[in-house]
Amino acid sequence: MSGSKPQAAPVKVTPKSTYSGPVIVDPVTRIEGHLRIDATVENGKIVDVRSSSQLFRGLEIILKGRDPRDAQHFTQRACGVCTYVHALASTRAVDNAVKVKIPKNATLMRNLVMGSQFLHDHIVHFYHLHALDWVNVANALKADPAKTAALSNSLSPNRKETAAQFKAVQDKVGALIASGKLGIFTNAYFLGAKKNEAYYLPAEADLMATKHYLDALHMQVKAARAMAIFGAKNPHTQFTVVGGVTNYDALKPERIAEYKALTDEVIGFIKDFYIPDLLAVAGFYKDWASIGGTTNFMSFGEFPTDEYNLDSRFFQPGIIMKRNIKKVDAVDPSLIQEHVKHSWYVGDQAHHPYQGVTEPKYTDLNDKDRYSWMKAPRYNGEAMETGPLATVLVAYAKGHKPTVDAVNFVLAKLGVGADALFSTLGRTAARGIETLVIANQMQTWLDALVGNVKGGDSELYTPWKMPDEAEGVGFVQAPRGALSHWIKIKKGKIENFQLVVPSTWSLGPRCAAGKLGPVEEALMGTPIFDPERPVEILRTVHSFDPCIACGVHVLDAKTGKTASFKVL
Amino acid sequence: MKVSVGHGLAGAEKRLEERGISRRDFMKFCGTIAAAMGMGPAFAPQIAAALTADNRPSVIWLHNAECTGCSESILRTAAPYIDALILDVISLEYQETIMAAAGEMAEKALHDAMKKPYLCVVEGAIPMKDGGIYGKVGGHTMLDICKKVIPGALATIAYGTCATYGGVQAAKPNPTDAKGVSDVFPKATVINVPGCPPNPANLVGTVLAAIDTVVNKKPLPKLDDLKRPLAFFGETVHDKCERLPHFEKDEFAPSFNSAEAKKGWCLYKLGCKGPYTYNNCPTKKFNPLDKGVGVNWPVQAGHPCIGCSEPMFWDTMSPFYEEQK
Repeated sequence: MSGSKPQAAPVKVTPKSTYSGPVIVDPVTRIEGHLRIDATVENGKIVDVRSSSQLFRGLEIILKGRDPRDAQHFTQRACGVCTYVHALASTRAVDNAVKVKIPKNATLMRNLVMGSQFLHDHIVHFYHLHALDWVNVANALKADPAKTAALSNSLSPNRKETAAQFKAVQDKVGALIASGKLGIFTNAYFLGAKKNEAYYLPAEADLMATKHYLDALHMQVKAARAMAIFGAKNPHTQFTVVGGVTNYDALKPERIAEYKALTDEVIGFIKDFYIPDLLAVAGFYKDWASIGGTTNFMSFGEFPTDEYNLDSRFFQPGIIMKRNIKKVDAVDPSLIQEHVKHSWYVGDQAHHPYQGVTEPKYTDLNDKDRYSWMKAPRYNGEAMETGPLATVLVAYAKGHKPTVDAVNFVLAKLGVGADALFSTLGRTAARGIETLVIANQMQTWLDALVGNVKGGDSELYTPWKMPDEAEGVGFVQAPRGALSHWIKIKKGKIENFQLVVPSTWSLGPRCAAGKLGPVEEALMGTPIFDPERPVEILRTVHSFDPCIACGVHVLDAKTGKTASFKVL
Repeated sequence: MKVSVGHGLAGAEKRLEERGISRRDFMKFCGTIAAAMGMGPAFAPQIAAALTADNRPSVIWLHNAECTGCSESILRTAAPYIDALILDVISLEYQETIMAAAGEMAEKALHDAMKKPYLCVVEGAIPMKDGGIYGKVGGHTMLDICKKVIPGALATIAYGTCATYGGVQAAKPNPTDAKGVSDVFPKATVINVPGCPPNPANLVGTVLAAIDTVVNKKPLPKLDDLKRPLAFFGETVHDKCERLPHFEKDEFAPSFNSAEAKKGWCLYKLGCKGPYTYNNCPTKKFNPLDKGVGVNWPVQAGHPCIGCSEPMFWDTMSPFYEEQK
């Protein structure tokens, strides 16, 4: 693992500047949705910042009056990057409302699709949404292909990469640059007349990562294909129904074998490429283990054995306050409130989301007081980070052995303590840890499904009857964090439907008490070397894996109100 | 065979020869793409012409009110893979989901790209209510950005049901008055590729056909009255469904746990909208590998078609689990 030990080279850090003034990044690219970051920099560091969501769609109001069974199809279109998770949350919410107990095989198949979604989503995030914040593709041209192959092969015994392969990547990138048409790399923050010193991987590491960026484009096709064997297609699965799942075709031995072969290949890529690449790149950017941290964390947990018992989940639900990993609290949904004082809605009172009044009032793009279509959710008055870091911290704190082992492995490789998790680097590492732990669990779910089918149990669906009135909730820990859907049914139709989504927690604005949202908190104090190419902002924002379209609260265009829900 | 051409320089065929790729191999590759797109071997020379154009055509991809599922879908293309498509075949000058640049640098990329001829791909509906304030990028409404980019495009491909017909945010009561591209820009040259999200093979085929039109001055591909390429949307899902023989024998699954459902009988009584939906899902399927054939599609997975490529299907095809009236 010599490549992940940068001690031989002088340790570099993000360079400092004396710039003072505004830095606005809009659009923030390589995310889902439309996000604006408006920062004030003093003497090279961020001293004030606002995270602003720029799109409002109104899905929840569209759902009113519709058939509850259809909700999953509408809500899945909240996000095509974290596809499936909204379909699952809605289906669980209606399962819960109609009180149907779904077959074990349905839970297993839902877990397998969710597992595939995590593997796919986190690979794409690391290589295609996040890597270009750390990797200088142009600098890869300066690398020695033979040394690059040696570096890469030192990171995993299963890598057999050659100098010729790396030379081919250099030729491809070189030809692209020579053409003058750089396509997706046009105006990248690592380009420019003057080198951007905030990028400081050695050229060989840049070339290695560039090749794997391209390789991962092919690998993610396979990860999505595996997911589609059970899920019908990706993006946007179509195999869940209230009462279970529909995919009998996937129970055939040849389909199971196809799923296993693809999944094994993806898991091999995760172990031999994603995790070693993550550790190698992180090893060169260790100063980012003390930049970009937040304070409080919330996870709903995921992968149930019993759909109706949150504690049966493989990853346990939990709350961690003030970075105290010695104490994990149970999640109490009644402590959730949503604030609008700094959002584009009327009023300044905080309410539980299901008792809230929502009335839009757009002010101005440059308004520093009200500045986002997102509300600001708070738990017991505090901003909460959710997502892989929250899930990993809760599992680690609760002594979940697969997670503890993976965390200790990563911390040891990087030569840092657990404190380093509370950072931009820690957030990105936690995503890899979560991927690894899920990857190691996939076979268990698959074996259980195969065992049931061999034992004569191929049930996937439990019949149920639509009640006249009911309410239900579906909790999901999505790749981006804590997601819940809440449904109220009246006369067999949707009377009200609410989505409380991960990116609202992580990317929302200030609350009534003026406390910053998690991404705002994380950005405070971030060094900015070149205000024209503020890659440092992207590093921390992307480490949250923003997904904005689903994070925007809805409103009732006619009355400007949402109906009340009973708080759990 | 991995073929890499383009790079914006003249003499693509010569470069291929230098790399040991014969014209024969290259035409075979083009034939594979043609087959993957369901275009037949006759289309291969047109693909070859598009791929060997002296300059990779610039493509500007706009994101409006959407879920990014359409961008994700195009990442799943396997004939060619996405890296070959965006690095060798076209020059993707602006695409917010995967482009390296952000903020002002991204806006500059957009403005610079518009100085040269370009194709436009639009993902997402255009919010029209209150002057378009419900969606902004870089401080500009999506409507204003579309007004700047779409009229100047050589052709515009509306990709996905949101860009074509308004999509999910346009479902009743359409809170933001979201509209499809053709409704907002009736005079623009628009090709519609609907689906939620569409099969990426249908976009690749349409992009190559559009390149052929603008580079080689060939006529636009044949479209139906909803501006959809007939090559992909000429038949209903029902017409090509593997469960059609069951439909014809009146063999229907009455519930999702019935013996009939387990045997793979027709899902019509469970709400399947295949007979009312023009698309090539049963033949193309989704999530292909190299040979371009997908691994699954909803009906194979036992779930009814919801009609996701038809205009306003969210309203006209729902409730999804009831027989269409």
